[in-house]
Amino acid sequence: MPEERILKGTHFLNGDEACAEGAVAAGCGLFAGYPITPQSEIAERIAERLPQVGGTFIQMEDEISSMAAILGGAWGGLKTMTATSGPGFSLMMENLGLGLMTETPCVLVNIQRGGPSTGLPTLVGQADMMQARWGSHGDYAIIAICPSSPQESFELTIRAFNLAETYRLPVLVMSDEVVGHMYERVVIDPERIEIVERRPPDRPPGEFRLYEPGPDLVPRGMPTFGDGHRVHVTGLTHDERGYPIIDAETQHRLVTRLKAKIERNADALESVEETDLDGADVVIVTYGISARTSHGALRDAQKRGLKVGMLRLITVWPFPTRRIRALADRVAGFVVPEVNLGQIVLEVERAASAKAIVRSVPHAGGAIHDPETIVTAIEEVLGDAG
Amino acid sequence: MPVRTKKLPVPEILPAGTHPMRRYLRVDRLPHIWCSGCGLGTALSCFTYALDELGLTCADVGVVSGIGCTGRVAGYLNLDSYHTTHGRAIPFATGLAVAQPKKKVVVFSGDGDLFAIGGNHFIHAARRNIDITVLCVNNFNYGMTGGQFGPTTPVGARGTTAPYGNSENPFNLPYLAASSGAVYVARWTTLDARRLKAAMVEAIGKPGFTFVEIISPCPTNYGRRNRLGDGIDELRHYAERSIIRHGADPQDADLYPGSEILVGRFLERERPTFLEMYEEQILRKNHLAE
Amino acid sequence: MVTAVTKRWKTRHGYLYIQEDECKGCGFCIEFCPKKVLEASDRFNAKGYFPPRVIDADACVNCTFCQLICPDFAIWSEKEEVESADA
Repeated sequence: MPEERILKGTHFLNGDEACAEGAVAAGCGLFAGYPITPQSEIAERIAERLPQVGGTFIQMEDEISSMAAILGGAWGGLKTMTATSGPGFSLMMENLGLGLMTETPCVLVNIQRGGPSTGLPTLVGQADMMQARWGSHGDYAIIAICPSSPQESFELTIRAFNLAETYRLPVLVMSDEVVGHMYERVVIDPERIEIVERRPPDRPPGEFRLYEPGPDLVPRGMPTFGDGHRVHVTGLTHDERGYPIIDAETQHRLVTRLKAKIERNADALESVEETDLDGADVVIVTYGISARTSHGALRDAQKRGLKVGMLRLITVWPFPTRRIRALADRVAGFVVPEVNLGQIVLEVERAASAKAIVRSVPHAGGAIHDPETIVTAIEEVLGDAG
Repeated sequence: MPVRTKKLPVPEILPAGTHPMRRYLRVDRLPHIWCSGCGLGTALSCFTYALDELGLTCADVGVVSGIGCTGRVAGYLNLDSYHTTHGRAIPFATGLAVAQPKKKVVVFSGDGDLFAIGGNHFIHAARRNIDITVLCVNNFNYGMTGGQFGPTTPVGARGTTAPYGNSENPFNLPYLAASSGAVYVARWTTLDARRLKAAMVEAIGKPGFTFVEIISPCPTNYGRRNRLGDGIDELRHYAERSIIRHGADPQDADLYPGSEILVGRFLERERPTFLEMYEEQILRKNHLAE
Repeated sequence: MVTAVTKRWKTRHGYLYIQEDECKGCGFCIEFCPKKVLEASDRFNAKGYFPPRVIDADACVNCTFCQLICPDFAIWSEKEEVESADA
C-alpha cells in the first residue's frame, strides 16, 4: 500500500536511515548509488521507501555512473541523490565537477570513514573535508553541511535538497560513520519541514537563457527535459545560452560567477551552533561527530573552571571566515578537534590570521576522540596564552 | 579539360535557402567543427532525417553525448542536448530516461568514449535494457585528441600511441552489444546512408536498449596514419568491402585489416525494459504506488 | 554564419539546391550520386573548397542520396508535388 513521504512521528533511527527518510521527505525522485560501507543502509532503506512513494532506486555499476545518473535525473525534472563514502567520493569527483559546471541541483552524501584508500571501511573518519572543498579539478565553490546526530541527518538532508534548488549545484552532506550508525530518537514533524521547489524558467522557450543569472548570481530557472526549452548543457566552458565558447573571457565570466554564487551568499549559508561563547577564553571549533565528543570536553573543562565555549559548524563550506575572524579578536585561542590529521583547522588558522592561537586536536581515524585530549589541548592553549 | 558537348545548366540564384533538416539544428553554431571527409556530418544528417521520419519534434527527443568528435553532435542539435563527461553519457542518459520515460533518449558518442572509459556503463545499461538508443560512431581511433588508438582499432593499425602498430585485439561491437543484452543491434557505414537512417528509425522506435554501430571515415587522423586516403577513399573502401547480411551472427562481425565489413541488422528481439521489470517485480508484485 | 546565396537547379521532377559556402569539399555527393549529376566546380568557395555543381540536371531523379550523405547540409533536393491522376 502506498506510504507517505513524510514519516510523521517519533522514531528510533540511525543516521543513515534518518538521511534516507530526509531524502524521501524532501521529494527525492531518484536515488542512484553503489554499495559501500558505511553508507549502505541509506541505499537499503531508500530502495524500500522510494518505490512506495513513486520514486525510483537504481543500484548503478559504480559511483561514477551513480553521480552521472543523478545529474541526468535532475535534468529530467527529478530531485536526485546519491550517497557514498571515501573511495566512492573520489570516484564521483569528475562528475561532481560536471554538476557544478552545469549548475545541476542534486545531493551527494558522504558517510566518511577512515582513509586514505580502502582504509577502515567500518570505522569513523572525517578526513574528506578538504576534498569536499577542493576534490574536483578547476576553480569552484561548494556547499557542505555536517550533521552531528540522526535527527540532524534527517533535517540537514532536507536542507541539502533545498540548498541545491536555491543555489543550483550539487550539495554535499558530509556525515561520518559514527553519526551514520548511531541510533537516536528522530522526531519527524511535517509542520517543521520546509521544502524548496525547483524554480521553472522565468521566460518562454526562445526567450529564456539557460545560464543567465539573477541578482543572486543564480540562473533564473531550470527547464526540464522535453518541456520545449531545448537546452544545451555542456561541461565545456559556456556562455549564458549554454553554448561552449573556448576563450579566456568566457571562462572568466563563468567561473568567477560559479564561485561568487556561493561566496557572495556566504552569510545566508552560514549555519553554526554557539555554546557559551560570551566571555570564553578558548573556543572549540568543530563539526560532525567531533562536536558530540567536544560537548563532553566542554563540560569537563568548564567543571575545572576554564572559560571555554564551542562553535559547532553546521555549514562547513563555505567556511564562516568572518565569524572566526571576529572571535579571534576577543579569544585567546581556538581548539579544533577533528577525526583527521588537521583539515578544517587550516581554515581556522587562515581566518584567525595569527590573532589567536589555533591548536589542532587530530585523530588519524578509526575511533572518536577521548574528550580528555581536547581538554588537554584547551589547557595548553590557555597556558601558551599566558 | 574534357571538351564539354553540353552546356552547363544554369541555376537560379536565391537568397539564402534553408536545408529542410536545419530545423533540427542550432544553425547559429554552424558550420560544425568536423573535418572535410569526416563521416560525423553524415551521421548527424541521417539522424535528422530519422527524427523527421519518426515524426519526432524537438521536445520529444533528448541527446546525450560524451567527449570526442562524436560528442560534439549534441551541441549542433536543436533539442535538449547534454554534453557530459568522457564515458559517462550512458549513465547520464539512464537518469534522464528514468525521469522522463515517455521521451526518447539517444546517446550519440564515439568508439573510445563508449567502449574504453565507458565500457562498463555500456554493458550494464544493455543488461538492464534501459530504454535508450546508443549510436556509436566508430572511426577506430580517438580523433579529437589527435589520433590515439582505441578499443576498436584493428590489429596492426597505427595510432599516435601505437607508432609500431596496434598490438591489441579490438572489440567486436555488435557481438559485445548482443551478448550484453541489447534488443536491436545493427552496423552500417556512413556510405550506406539510406540504410543507416532506416536503422536509426528502427532503433529509436524500438523500446529497450538499441545499438547501431556507424563506421565512419576519419581522414585527418586514422585515415591519414593508416594511408587510407581521404574521406572519399575511405568510403570507396567501404563500397568495395561491405557485405550486407541481415541476421548475421554478431560473432562474425570482427573487423581486421583487409577483412570484409559485415553490415546489416544483426539482431532484433524482445525483452522487457528496465522500467517494465521495475514495475512488474517491485511495484506490482508488492502492491506499491505507481 | 549566414550563407550568401543558394543555387537552385530545375530537375525533371523538382529542384536541386546547393549552398556553396557551406560545402567542405568532401566530394561525397559528386562521387556517389547514382546518376552522375554533379561535378566539382572550378571556383572555390570562401573556405577554399570546390563545391559541387550540376552538370546534368535532367539526370537528377531527386533520389535524395546527396542530401542524406552530405555532412554539411549544403545540398538537398525537393520533389515537386505530382498532381494525382484522379484529381
